[in-house]
Amino acid sequence: MIYFSNVSKYYPGNIPGLIDVTVEIPAGEFVFLIGPSGSGKTTFLRLLIRDLLPSSGVITIENADISKFTPSNIHILRRKVGIVFQDFKLLLDRTVYENIAMVLEILGKPERDIEKGVMNVLDLVGLPDKRNLFPMQLSAGEMQRTSIARAIVGGPKILLADEPTGNLDPDTAWGIMDILKEVNDLGTTVIVASHNADIVNKMKKRTLTIKGGGVVRDEARGHYHLEKHEKKAVTKGGKHDANH
Amino acid sequence: MPITRDVKTHIRRSPYQAMAATLTMFLTFLVGGVFFLATMTSVMVLGYFEGKPQITVFLTPKAGQLEADNLKAKLESTGKVASTQYVSKEEALTIYRQQNQNDPLLLEMVTADILPASLEVSATDPQYLSELVTAIEGTEGVDEVVYQRDVVDSLLSWTNAIRLVGGTLALLLVIDSLLIIGTVIAMKIALKREEIEILMLVGASPWAIRAPFVLEGGVYGLVGAGLASVILGALIAWLRPYLFSFLGSIPPFGMLLGSLTSPVFLISIAVFIAANLLVGFILGAIGSSIALRRYLK
Repeated sequence: MIYFSNVSKYYPGNIPGLIDVTVEIPAGEFVFLIGPSGSGKTTFLRLLIRDLLPSSGVITIENADISKFTPSNIHILRRKVGIVFQDFKLLLDRTVYENIAMVLEILGKPERDIEKGVMNVLDLVGLPDKRNLFPMQLSAGEMQRTSIARAIVGGPKILLADEPTGNLDPDTAWGIMDILKEVNDLGTTVIVASHNADIVNKMKKRTLTIKGGGVVRDEARGHYHLEKHEKKAVTKGGKHDANH
Repeated sequence: MPITRDVKTHIRRSPYQAMAATLTMFLTFLVGGVFFLATMTSVMVLGYFEGKPQITVFLTPKAGQLEADNLKAKLESTGKVASTQYVSKEEALTIYRQQNQNDPLLLEMVTADILPASLEVSATDPQYLSELVTAIEGTEGVDEVVYQRDVVDSLLSWTNAIRLVGGTLALLLVIDSLLIIGTVIAMKIALKREEIEILMLVGASPWAIRAPFVLEGGVYGLVGAGLASVILGALIAWLRPYLFSFLGSIPPFGMLLGSLTSPVFLISIAVFIAANLLVGFILGAIGSSIALRRYLK
């Protein structure tokens, strides 16, 4: 499904974002990306939507090299990959319904299908009665639910979430994670960049630990005990840690 | 229709910018339209005079068909004459009566005898005119030579002046319109940068993002050109009687300006307005596209 092959990304000034990362994520998997701020989690996600191009290496999604997409056809890739941000990125002058319907309008769906599609995802995220409210009338958790609804309404094969619970209280954060898990249960590959140790530890999903641009740990049922494992990786002479 | 909805919202939310863009387009098309019509008129008048016999030779009162035939043979032998036509005294009277049919007083006093017979001569090329005039003036039976080159030259210089002034002014206004529409659209792009970014992230195609802006520029052009067309149409209708008395004897104007409800007039006006609207829309869309190329990579 998703394959990173020796992918490195350097920002201008030779600042490393990711260094020689090789990772495979099969279809339908739920994966956490964890690591300290600036470790490369967001770079990983931005590379996946081709918001950035790798400096070296190849990224494929469903066996297609995504660096081959150009600005004129990048939308084909973006329709396969939904994304949720920590700051929601909702259009404040449009209602919940309009924010979500926008995706289906872009896909050229007829009005009847749009209404059906939007109501389905609003049911999934638990906001059917908030459809006519504007984002400023919602709580942070409701805004994030709207953002998830928008990301999944087009039926993407992959859902990326960059710190989706970063601005939320623990209870609301769990509500969001439940929705992401439900989306994953419906067959969508879900990749979540998170700082939330409690969530990562309790959900027991595959966890990639990124530090200094390298994947220092890849566990099938991950834990957020970064310090201890970092030390282990360094004493083993892990090549990624040698870079920082 | 999300695109038209977006365009409506864009325009409604910044009415002053929309007004500036539309008014500039309106001025461009008003000035451009006036000069276009003036150029077309002068070109048609010029064409009419150029197509008419360039030399009219009036014969002496006693001269007639015989002198005319001699002159005709002499001129044709030069090989520089395209055609000649003899107008007898009686034919001259008929033409005179036609031209003054609304003025019985003028008709009463004139008989065929006092009108001269004439020979209308058309040269194969205007450059032979002066040569032919010299040859005609020495011929027996010739009273007066009316030489239309002066009229044509004067018309030509007027036509060129109108073209130059109108063309320059219209070009400057077109550049101004493109810049104003480009600036207005560039401001909209800057204001909507976040929305554009989100649209790109959720999979909008480049055209889906650009189309509302291109259409918005097109609407400014369309409305501006439409308003200018209405004013120009009203102006033509208002000036019609005056223009008709001035230009009505020239065939295309006679047909065009004869009646406000004639099919020729209505079709011409419809074509003129449709062309204005189309050019307006295209011009506005080009202005937007320039801004999009510059500010939306």
